[in-house]
Amino acid sequence: MKRTRMNGCLKAGLIIAGVLAALIILGCFWTPYDPNAMSGGEKRLAPCLAHLMGTDNFGRDILSRVMKGAGTTFSIAAATVAIGAVAGTLIGALTGYFGGVVDEVLMRVNDALTAFPSILLALVIISVVGPGNKYNVVLALGIVFIPSYARITRTAFASARDANYVKSARLMGVSSWRILWVHILPNTVQVLLPALTIGFNNAVLAEASMSYLGIGVTPPDASLGYMLSEAQGMFTVAPWYAVGTGLTIVLMVFGVGLIGEGLQRRERGVL
Amino acid sequence: MNEELVLSVDHVTSGYHTGGLLRRGEYREILHDVTFEIHHGEILGLVGESGTGKSTLAKTILGMLRPEQGTVTHYTKRPQMIFQDPYSSLNPAYPVRWIMAEPLRVHGRYDAAERERRVREMLKLVELPEECLDARPEQLSGGQRQRVSIAVSLIQQPKFLIADEPVSALDVTIQAQILKLLKQLRDELDLSYLFISHDLNVVYQLCDRVLVMKKGRIVEQGMVDDIFDHPREEYTRQLLAAAE
Repeated sequence: MKRTRMNGCLKAGLIIAGVLAALIILGCFWTPYDPNAMSGGEKRLAPCLAHLMGTDNFGRDILSRVMKGAGTTFSIAAATVAIGAVAGTLIGALTGYFGGVVDEVLMRVNDALTAFPSILLALVIISVVGPGNKYNVVLALGIVFIPSYARITRTAFASARDANYVKSARLMGVSSWRILWVHILPNTVQVLLPALTIGFNNAVLAEASMSYLGIGVTPPDASLGYMLSEAQGMFTVAPWYAVGTGLTIVLMVFGVGLIGEGLQRRERGVL
Repeated sequence: MNEELVLSVDHVTSGYHTGGLLRRGEYREILHDVTFEIHHGEILGLVGESGTGKSTLAKTILGMLRPEQGTVTHYTKRPQMIFQDPYSSLNPAYPVRWIMAEPLRVHGRYDAAERERRVREMLKLVELPEECLDARPEQLSGGQRQRVSIAVSLIQQPKFLIADEPVSALDVTIQAQILKLLKQLRDELDLSYLFISHDLNVVYQLCDRVLVMKKGRIVEQGMVDDIFDHPREEYTRQLLAAAE
C-alpha cells in the first residue's frame, strides 16, 4: 500500500529531526560541559576537539549551550503550536460548520487580530502577563497563533459543511459533534498538517526573535534565540557562536518542514 | 398498485431566504403549490429541466428545508437519499466498511459482530465483492461508489428512498446496471422511490408513474406509458422531443 511507503522528503526530515531530537534528549541528562560554567582561560576558543563548537566570551562551551537551548526552543515551539492549533481548530471548526452570527463576530475579531504583526501582538500580551518567564512566552505566542489556525480550519470546515458526505451523515442522524470530529476532521488533515509544520517553524523563529529582542527567555535558561542575540555582540571575535546557533535553528526548521512536506506527499500518494 | 401511501405532499410552497446578519433577507420562492402522493411499492419519476426545483422539492421532503405553506406527511420512517455525485457522497477519509457501518454505529443498536454481519449482507445485496470493504472511495469506480451509497441508505432499513439523479454521473452501461439494481431492490425489500431525473429515457425504463415539473409547478402527472405516448402539455412534448 502506498500509505506506508516513505519518500525522500520524509526520510531526510526524519533523519535531521532525529539527530536534533537525540541531541536535545541527551542534553537533558548530559552535556559535555556545564552550559553555564564560565572559564576565564578558555574565552572565545575556535571549534576544536575539546570544544566542538568553540566557546563564547565567557568561556562557556557552545555545544553544551546549544544542546540545552535547542531543547528550550523546541519545547516552547511545540507548546505554542499545541495551544494555537487546538484552540484555533476548535474555534475554526465550530464557526465554519455552524456559521451564523457567532461566525461573523469571531471572524471579525480574528481579522482584527491578524491585522497586528504577530510579534507586536506577542509584545502586548507579554507586557500584560509579565516578561522573563518561558511559560508566559508560550502563552503569548500560543494566543498569537490561534487566529491563523482558526482561519485555516474554518475554511476547511465551511467547505465540508455542504459536501454530500456530510449531508448524508446528517440524514443518518449523526450528531453534529460526531460530524465535526469524526467525519470532517480527518478530511482536513491535508490542510492542517502543513499548517502545523509551518506553524512550528514560525514559532521557532518567533521565539528566537522575542528572545533576541530580550522579552523571551532570560538567563539562566538558554534558548537558541537568546543565544543568537548574545552571539551578535561577538560576531567579529567569535563568529562560530552565531554560526553554530543559527545553523541549529535552520536545521530544526528545515527538518520539520521536510517532515511536513513528506507527510503531505505521502497523503497525496506522490513520491 | 397498493393504495397505501408512503408520502403525501399537500399544496407545498417552498423557497430560500437570502440575506445575512446586516442585510435584510429576501425570499425567493422555488416551489409553487406542489401536491402529489407516493404509494407503497411505487417508483415515481420527477422530471423537468435543470433549475426547475426538483432538488428543492427533495430537500423539502427530507426536512432540510421547511415548507412556507402546505404540509409534507411521511407515513413511513424517515426517507433516505441517494445523491447524484457518487464521488462526493462518500466520506473520502474512511474505508467502505466504516462508511457502511456508520449509521448502525450511530444508532447504537448492534454490537460490532452484528454490524459486520449486516454490512456484509448489504454488500451482497448491492452486488459488490468483499474486497471493496477495505477500499477507500477513491479506489472504487463510479458505479461501485453508487452501489456503496445505495447500501449506506438501505442499511438503515428505510421504506422510502429519494434518488436525486443517481445515474446521471455514470456512463450508459453502468447506468443500466444501477437502474436494474434499484428495480431489483424495490422488489426484494419492498421499497418506494422518488426518482429525480432530467433524463426521460432513464425515467421511462424505471418508473411507474411520472410528475412533470416546470418552473416550480407540477404541470402534468400520470402513468409513464400515458405521459410518454399522449403528453397533454406542450412542455412535456418539448421534453420528450429533446430526449429523442
